Amino acid sequence: MSDAAMGSANAKTMTIIVTKGTLDWAYPPFILGTTAAAMGVDVTMFFTFYGLSLLKKKLDLQVSALGNPAMKMPMMGMHMGMPNIVAMLPGVDAGASLMMKNMIKKKGVASIEELREAAIESEIKLIACQMTMDLFEFKTEDMIDNLSLGGAATYMEKALKSDINLFI
Amino acid sequence: MADKTLDAKGLNCPLPILRAKKTLKDVPAGGTLEVLSTDPGSVADFAAFCKTTGNELVESAADGGVYRFLIRHTG
Repeated sequence: MSDAAMGSANAKTMTIIVTKGTLDWAYPPFILGTTAAAMGVDVTMFFTFYGLSLLKKKLDLQVSALGNPAMKMPMMGMHMGMPNIVAMLPGVDAGASLMMKNMIKKKGVASIEELREAAIESEIKLIACQMTMDLFEFKTEDMIDNLSLGGAATYMEKALKSDINLFI
Repeated sequence: MADKTLDAKGLNCPLPILRAKKTLKDVPAGGTLEVLSTDPGSVADFAAFCKTTGNELVESAADGGVYRFLIRHTG
């Protein structure tokens, strides 16, 4: 059991609203959530809209260079951005995603699967937005088991009592 | 000599901290955990982790690109 889960009434609490489901945007909430839990914080993560796909059993996360001029990949000994007219071509996102995943592995950065596993292990409360489940027609059997369903009021109840509330 | 050693070399943020937290569970209260890391960010992170969790950072040293932390399990 995590320190927070052991019922220390003094444990700090944090909530994170997770709204984005691309490979790059999946990192900040999971890194902060797992690290906070490791530091004894009681963490709740609320997954809504595109963030909800991060709770699917099978993750196939992609990154897109389209409309993202800040995305500079190390290439041919320098850092290169990608013009939108190139980024929009079929297969470019897949190529960029593969490159990013290779870099992640090479640099010893955790995979999202690994961080999500750590989140479950440290008893972070994962809430899937019921409305988004309905809206995108996600099936419960396609999602991981360790989640609970809830809505805005469920989130607010936690957020009102929390020391830190983040929207990512 | 530490009670336990965690080799976190080659791992990047936040894995050294996550692994250290997990390994600390196997260290008896008052015992020590030695963590080896190559992530330069871990210097500030282990100081913050120990300060927040109440574990004592007995030693924080660098030697040829490898950082060594000695943590007493007091948290």
